Amino acid sequence: MTTIEASPAGTESAARAGTALRPHAEQTYAAELKALAEVDDRTRPPGWKLSPWAVTRYLLGATLDDGTEITPKYIGSRRVVEVAVATLATDRALLLIGVPGTAKTWLSEHLAAAIAGDSTLLVQGTAGTSEEAVRYGWNYARLLAEGPSEAALVPSPVMTAMARGSIGRIEELTRMPSDVQDGLITVLSEKALPVAELGIEVQAQRGFNIIATANDRDRGVNDLSSALRRRFNTVVLPVPDSAEDEVRIVTQRVEQLGRSLELPEVPTSLTEIQRVVTVFRELRSGVTEDNGTKLKSPSGTLSTAEAISVITNGIALAAHFGDGILRPADVAAGIQGAVVQDRVADGVVWREYLETVAREREGWTDFYRACREVGA
Amino acid sequence: MGSSRTDTSKVSVLGVRHHGPGSARAVVAALDEIEPDLVLIEGPPEADALTSLVGGLEPPVALLVHLADTPKAKGKDAERDAEAAEAARRRSTDGWAFWPFASFSPEWAALRHAHENGVPVRFCDLPASHTLAERLAAAETTDGEEEEQEETEPPRERIDPLGVLAAAAGYDDAERWWDDVVEQRGDGEPSPFPAIADAMAAVRAEAGPATGREARREAHMRQTLRAALRQGHERIAVVCGAWHAPALRDLADYKVKDDVALLKGLPKVKTAATWVPWTHGRLASAGGYGAGVTSPGWYHHLFTAPDRPVHRWLTEAARLLREEGQQVSSSHVIEGVRLAETLSVLRGRPLAGLDEVSEAVTAVLCEGEGTRAALVHGRMAIGERLGSVPPETPMVPLQRDLIAEQKRLRLKPEAFERDLDLDLRKESHRARSVLLHRLRLLGVEWGIPTPHGGGGRGTFRESWRLRWHPEMDVALIEAARWGTTVSSAAVARTVEIAEAAELPTLTKLTEQCLFADLGEALPEVLARLTDRAATDADITHLMSALPPLARSTRYGDVRGTDGGHLRSVAREILTRVRIGLVGAVRGLDDDAAGRFVQAIDETNGAATLLGDDLTEWLDTLADLAVRENVPGRIAGRVNRILTDAGRVDAEELRRRLGLVMSPGVEPTRAVAWLEGFLQGSGLILVHDDRLLGLIDTWLLGLSEERFVAILPLLRRTFGAFGGGERQEIGTAVTRLDTGGGTRVRERRPVDERRAAPAVAAVLGLLERSGA
Repeated sequence: MTTIEASPAGTESAARAGTALRPHAEQTYAAELKALAEVDDRTRPPGWKLSPWAVTRYLLGATLDDGTEITPKYIGSRRVVEVAVATLATDRALLLIGVPGTAKTWLSEHLAAAIAGDSTLLVQGTAGTSEEAVRYGWNYARLLAEGPSEAALVPSPVMTAMARGSIGRIEELTRMPSDVQDGLITVLSEKALPVAELGIEVQAQRGFNIIATANDRDRGVNDLSSALRRRFNTVVLPVPDSAEDEVRIVTQRVEQLGRSLELPEVPTSLTEIQRVVTVFRELRSGVTEDNGTKLKSPSGTLSTAEAISVITNGIALAAHFGDGILRPADVAAGIQGAVVQDRVADGVVWREYLETVAREREGWTDFYRACREVGA
Repeated sequence: MGSSRTDTSKVSVLGVRHHGPGSARAVVAALDEIEPDLVLIEGPPEADALTSLVGGLEPPVALLVHLADTPKAKGKDAERDAEAAEAARRRSTDGWAFWPFASFSPEWAALRHAHENGVPVRFCDLPASHTLAERLAAAETTDGEEEEQEETEPPRERIDPLGVLAAAAGYDDAERWWDDVVEQRGDGEPSPFPAIADAMAAVRAEAGPATGREARREAHMRQTLRAALRQGHERIAVVCGAWHAPALRDLADYKVKDDVALLKGLPKVKTAATWVPWTHGRLASAGGYGAGVTSPGWYHHLFTAPDRPVHRWLTEAARLLREEGQQVSSSHVIEGVRLAETLSVLRGRPLAGLDEVSEAVTAVLCEGEGTRAALVHGRMAIGERLGSVPPETPMVPLQRDLIAEQKRLRLKPEAFERDLDLDLRKESHRARSVLLHRLRLLGVEWGIPTPHGGGGRGTFRESWRLRWHPEMDVALIEAARWGTTVSSAAVARTVEIAEAAELPTLTKLTEQCLFADLGEALPEVLARLTDRAATDADITHLMSALPPLARSTRYGDVRGTDGGHLRSVAREILTRVRIGLVGAVRGLDDDAAGRFVQAIDETNGAATLLGDDLTEWLDTLADLAVRENVPGRIAGRVNRILTDAGRVDAEELRRRLGLVMSPGVEPTRAVAWLEGFLQGSGLILVHDDRLLGLIDTWLLGLSEERFVAILPLLRRTFGAFGGGERQEIGTAVTRLDTGGGTRVRERRPVDERRAAPAVAAVLGLLERSGA
């Protein structure tokens, strides 16, 4: 029996977090996690940094007794978060499913950060993901020089997570080839990963678990085998219920992004955010908010994530080229880019929307003109 | 009132939530301990006599209190009739009230407990005779306008005491708080009732004293309680809504004098009470009791499952899913239970509730498939079931007769929708159909006819969708005034409808009489029908009356009833139509003419069906066809009917068409004629080139201005045809243009190169089908 000790996120990497383009969740919210851990007096499952109760508070936001403000990470259904946390607490693997941009990755990162304090053990699923990415690979130079040995073994993030009793994350599980997916079955059922070449196995330490995400739109690409599926609890992430929730999500993320990208301070105008969210929601649902007019829906998803990027983009435009205030013209190009994925079909959808909805709406004249200019 | 102050120690007040399984368990435990010599239950005292039946009832059942006498108002003058009808309408909407009980209702638990231990039971709420009288009076004076205000009163008195308490306990959902604190209690925990009463007393202190109806109800409860004490009962248990608990517990705080004053001079009506079967579905939608439950299935499960409710629930869900063809293993169930339990711990609840198990069903058992989970969840949470009552329950004779009929025909009332296909050639099937039709005449829509499914078309087939609603018992009681058996009541009801009905209703009624095999009512209905036909001046009424009659004559044959009388009535109406027809068609505008054309078509169909007077009918039409002043559309249509019937030969038809198409006639009339003529099918033009030629010549001869003017009408005519038909007519016209119908059209040379791929494809297909 042996264990593979990969170097944990050391101090030097923590030092670099300050300059990183996108710090990990556990780095950005280190203070909140610490404050929560201090007041958290409930039972923690073995290997967990926080109790499940504290994890939900971390994700949904709260004000602690000592006055520390925990920002909400996931805005939306409380049940979704609770089911996700409870799943991980029963040492079942968690599968998050949803249309693109419903915060699957976001939620999985924060879950890992809160439970294990480490969200970096990540495997990205692609058509080219090989078995080494979920099991282990070899350092071939060493393998040739010394023969099979533990030193020549290159553990995958999953293997590392097992050894450390941490959370392994798998993104876009359904994009992986089926045979690679099935490599996870042993890991999830036996909680052990045999290394046949060395005659050893890595046993998962307490606290180990897997969070996988999969895309709704990719259903049927590489559907999970039922053997694998059975080992996951599935949580479907919905698109935000109300326009208000969505505006909140967008506002909050835009602020955070702006800060980390150090964009010049632009007063984020709530009207612009509301407008973008409204356009997205209306096109997504195929009917106007007042339920009065039917609309065509474009081929794209128009997720909340895209709304966020439209606004961030607009802010960058306003800061660098505009007058420092987010104006309709700054979001016009972005919004058109997000809506019109297919030039012909979506172009018609977008023009129809502009002419039938945007044109007549009160206070939307500037927006309408700006969009027309972009389109011309 | 010092004397009554001493004996409150003899009273135990059990404040419950209506339909709460935990309350029910606690009530049983408390009763075991108290060993009462009298049980008082919140409910209508009218039902006191019915408590002996408890042993034979199978919940869910409901106490039904309805107006006792239903006098048959036989007023002659119209005003009194209208008044009586209005009163009848009010009785049927407001003249009854239900008190439902499920197996998990605390009141039911108390009833059962008392029944099994031979303890007398009394209901202590305000008598329903007052409640109904108030309701009827309110409906009479305001007649609907201020009914809403009446509706809003009860919610005000319940200022949601649970909400206040739940909020105090840090819950955002009152139901969930109550579930956690009371309903999901296991056996053997100490009685919660003193604490509940204390808590309610605190809330009531804030809400202020009871007023209005609520005050009267509580006054009556106290009076009943005092009477029981005076009779010398030593240990009295009172089961009532938690909200009322303090008002009864602190009996000594209320003065007898005030209570008597409150109850003085209340309006009163005569009522009767009985037990009726109830359904879980009705429990779920709050009905009259002000305390519906959203998930009776879950509560039923909580109450009946001996232990491990979560395990059992998820096992049941897995079984259901397997029935639906989904692979659900035991390991799914194991993981589901673990998830539900972890969730309840995470949420700080003592036991997994319905929320937790439904999330476990979604996330584990259904692997995230929301729709399937919702299906299973919906079915289990409601857990549809229909209660039953023993035969000795008081019933109106009509109900007894129906039960006997149901038994005879093996047609069981069920709370689910069920489809029933009947073949009327079989004796037993016909009897069922007759019963369902009769019930429909009585206003009991147990079965609703559905269009024939699949290929089984024919007059001897009938399809029904059956579903028994508890309210149908009310409808039956309402219908009891018409007779004591389904058959006699249906006859009386039919005759009554016939008395005031218009012609079209009467003919429909005739049809229904045949469906429902009401031979006795038929002469009466037919007599009315002839009367109406004689006096009704509107010929379209007569015309629309004819088709159902003609159909009835035919059904009469199928069902073996005597159609002779029916036939003579139909012939009589047809005669009247013939006489009135010519006068009726004058001066109709285009829309009216369009409707009239339809009526003529239907009458023609009916006349064909009848067969007897077809010749006379066609004579009338022939007369109509050559008259002037007949709207073009009608004239065209009539000519078409005559042509189809062989009464006008091709030569004559061409002459008539030529006349209409001649230059002297207004083009609009010509095109209307054409529309009527071609309505339905234009294929006649394909087969008769000369007809087509006439139209062609006429069209070509029109000036541009006129052509443009009639173009819309022309378009309407030809646009109604199917694509294939239009193409055929088009081909025929090209054939005309290329000169004479006889010459074979020149073919365009075939471009073999371009045709080659198509030929190859066809060859491939042929080969494949050949092999």
